[in-house]
Amino acid sequence: MEMVRSHILVCAGTGCTSSRSPEILEALEKELAQQGLDKEVRVVKTGCFGLCALGPIMVVYPEGAFYSMVTPDDVPEIVSEHILKGRIVTRLLYQETVVDDSTIKNLNHTKFYEKQLRVALRNCGVINPEKIEEYIALDGYEALGRVLTSMQPQEVIDVVKASGLRGRGGAGFPTGMKWQFAMQSAGDIKYVCCNADEGDPGAFMDRSVLEGDPHVVLEAMTIAGYAIGAHQGYIYVRAEYPIAIHRLEIAIAQAREMGFLGENIFESGFDFDIELRLGSGAFVCGEETALMTSIEGNRGEPRYRPPFPAVKGLFGKPTILNNVETYANIPQIFIKGAEWFSSMGTETSKGTKVFCLVGKITNTGLVEIPMGTTLREIIEEIGGGIPNGKKFKAAQTGGPSGGCIPAALIDTHIDYENLTAIGAMMGSGGLIVMDEDTCMVDIARYFLDFTVDESCGKCVPCRIGTKRLLEMLDKIVEGKGTVEMLDEMQELCNHIKDNSLCALGQTAPNPVLSTLRYFKDEYMAHVVDKKCPAGVCKDLLSYSIIAEKCKGCTACARVCPVGAISGVVKEPHTIDTDKCIKCGACIEKCKFDAIVKV
Amino acid sequence: MKSLAELAKLREQMQSEVNLRHDSASDTRVVVGMATCGIAAGARPVLSAFVEEVSRRQLKNIMVTQTGCIGMCALEPIVEVTAPGQDKITYVKMTPEKVSKIVSDHLVNGIPVTEYTVGAQQ
Amino acid sequence: MAKRKTAVAFKGTEEQEGQLLAFIEQHRSMQGNLMPVLQKAQEIYGYLPIEVQKIIAKELGIPLAEVYGVVTFYAQFTLNPKGEYKIAVCLGTACYVKGSGDVLDRISRKLGIESGGITPDGKFSLDATRCIGACGLAPVMTINDDVYGRLNLDEVDGIIEKYM
Repeated sequence: MEMVRSHILVCAGTGCTSSRSPEILEALEKELAQQGLDKEVRVVKTGCFGLCALGPIMVVYPEGAFYSMVTPDDVPEIVSEHILKGRIVTRLLYQETVVDDSTIKNLNHTKFYEKQLRVALRNCGVINPEKIEEYIALDGYEALGRVLTSMQPQEVIDVVKASGLRGRGGAGFPTGMKWQFAMQSAGDIKYVCCNADEGDPGAFMDRSVLEGDPHVVLEAMTIAGYAIGAHQGYIYVRAEYPIAIHRLEIAIAQAREMGFLGENIFESGFDFDIELRLGSGAFVCGEETALMTSIEGNRGEPRYRPPFPAVKGLFGKPTILNNVETYANIPQIFIKGAEWFSSMGTETSKGTKVFCLVGKITNTGLVEIPMGTTLREIIEEIGGGIPNGKKFKAAQTGGPSGGCIPAALIDTHIDYENLTAIGAMMGSGGLIVMDEDTCMVDIARYFLDFTVDESCGKCVPCRIGTKRLLEMLDKIVEGKGTVEMLDEMQELCNHIKDNSLCALGQTAPNPVLSTLRYFKDEYMAHVVDKKCPAGVCKDLLSYSIIAEKCKGCTACARVCPVGAISGVVKEPHTIDTDKCIKCGACIEKCKFDAIVKV
Repeated sequence: MKSLAELAKLREQMQSEVNLRHDSASDTRVVVGMATCGIAAGARPVLSAFVEEVSRRQLKNIMVTQTGCIGMCALEPIVEVTAPGQDKITYVKMTPEKVSKIVSDHLVNGIPVTEYTVGAQQ
Repeated sequence: MAKRKTAVAFKGTEEQEGQLLAFIEQHRSMQGNLMPVLQKAQEIYGYLPIEVQKIIAKELGIPLAEVYGVVTFYAQFTLNPKGEYKIAVCLGTACYVKGSGDVLDRISRKLGIESGGITPDGKFSLDATRCIGACGLAPVMTINDDVYGRLNLDEVDGIIEKYM
């Protein structure tokens, strides 16, 4: 019998794969074989651990040693020191886990993980997503078995309702209600869809679930199919997620082979199968009716509601659509009970939420927290604060549909209602942290640029309204804005919000409205003083050289792509502001901090 | 997949695949000295024997690991067992044959095998 | 997203057409098969020129106008061939906040092409892409399958030069 004494987990999520984790895996397998350890040590490819900023990540069990920023060159040392001699390679450890020379803390006791509660992500970074056996070992498919062998569809829906689970993809509609409507719709043919078209820039939680724990989605969709009376499921996944697609294909094949998908599952007489459909890069397809139109093979334009998809959805049949993270919660609700789930979170928002913590933050990565956690806890404790001693200015949630939370509201408890009340939204879970160097007008313009690009063009308020709004913002960042323009923008925003056909248009003005609300002074600085306080908007600033600091080293003049800098060696230089294109190359090159943006 | 019982059986078999991976702070630790002297004295078969025995009996919350030189090279192979809340017990001049008694008496029933300990040898 | 028709002559082979027809045959009865067919066609040809769209329209019995409508709707479908090295700079929010806009400008200046363009020798094409999900490594760019993360402006030129 093969005896394994140690497991080495290597992250094969997109972040770590991009920073060469496949080479580490290869080096590791080679080194272990060379040292004759390949029989007693198992190498496991896992999904995302969440601490992407420290990738590539490797964890060695049973000790639980968490190595970060590993390179292929480090592998021989890890094998000969740690695996062979049992001496942990302290220099490569995530420093938070080091207590003293001989002791390490478990990862769960570090600041990044301590406040987290992993429900949707429980298997990510723990199991090998390409092995159904590991999923089964951690209670996989148990929920499906119990549901199919001992529960009626209505009982299934009652459990989901009692749990208080709400949609994790944006608006937060109660999942159980959605299922109930679809169940009550008449018809023999119904569909279960999974929205894995994660389009919000700066959000990757769904991808991490698909890459780290694909079976959980299949299991949940099958449960949903049984509850509403559907026999076919579709997962609509972004074509930009090749690793997720690959793992889903493997998972579907394994589930079919073991009889968790297909005919007569658990001998209950229930049949269900799942097909993958690839999205082709249209943000609007994250909207439910547009997603269905796209699966049907058309331009992904939204449809008018009602009729709602629960009545008339995909191919004109009753359909439910939930997002990946919503499904990832389902199996555990059946194993641990609706009460367990509803004991987490706040009055109206139960359970946990996964956020992608990105931007100007020390611990970039994936975090899962109980609803009701404050933004301060996320940013300062879990996220480790803002790097380079800068000041926190705002956090943006909900992507192009969401808004900004200013520093003054950092103690807000995160749940659906609180975020909506302050003009932001839960959205799918992107949480972008901004510091004092971020210009809020520029950010609003960035999101508008995105929605203008992604507007499908079907309805006028969205197609033309967002375009006009963007033109106004363009003028403001170019220094051609007026104070009246701010009022006009406000009015136009309200029109777009009220009159657009789908959520894309209805929420498109949010980034503008929330920045106008909390950062009016920055807008005023742009339109009245014609200045960008953060020093971002190029047309509103010019570069100049502080003569006292300039040593005349000529480094700036040599790097300037347009020859705007002139001067004699060892004499202070000057910048010709007419020629200058404000590329910033000179600032980077100057060793004496003599060049400033004013 | 036909029934919950079949699934449970499969899960049971698969448990050993993943049970190394958990927060091990509350585990009983079995630490085998695996520096050059330990390996030369035969620590590797001892380590394998522990892993095998623990897995064969499907013991939970036991962490078998290794360390560098424990510092008493003449007494190698050395194994230290630390149960939560108890003093460390050090076994010396270990052989694979001694392993099964330590597992059954000490790890399962909590009674150290005094005749193998460092105290008995000195 | 603006889509310009290509000026490059179509050089499809019979073998490519055979592959496409075989795929269509396999998926003839699938509901909503246009998207998977277009995705396969792009995989085979590298882009979707009008000649390929015509084959698909005829085989699936869908009007060419509708096929063209779908092709131009989705950002992943391209009417233009791509360069030998496809440079993509992520302009997702996390990358943008960390300065990927400047990275794009720098490459654009270096190669003398705008985002969406291709160098005259067909060697490099440059695109600004939506979030590729590697936000932990922001700012990020990819060149074919190679990913470059945590970029700083100074190293950009050197990276491009490796491919020249």
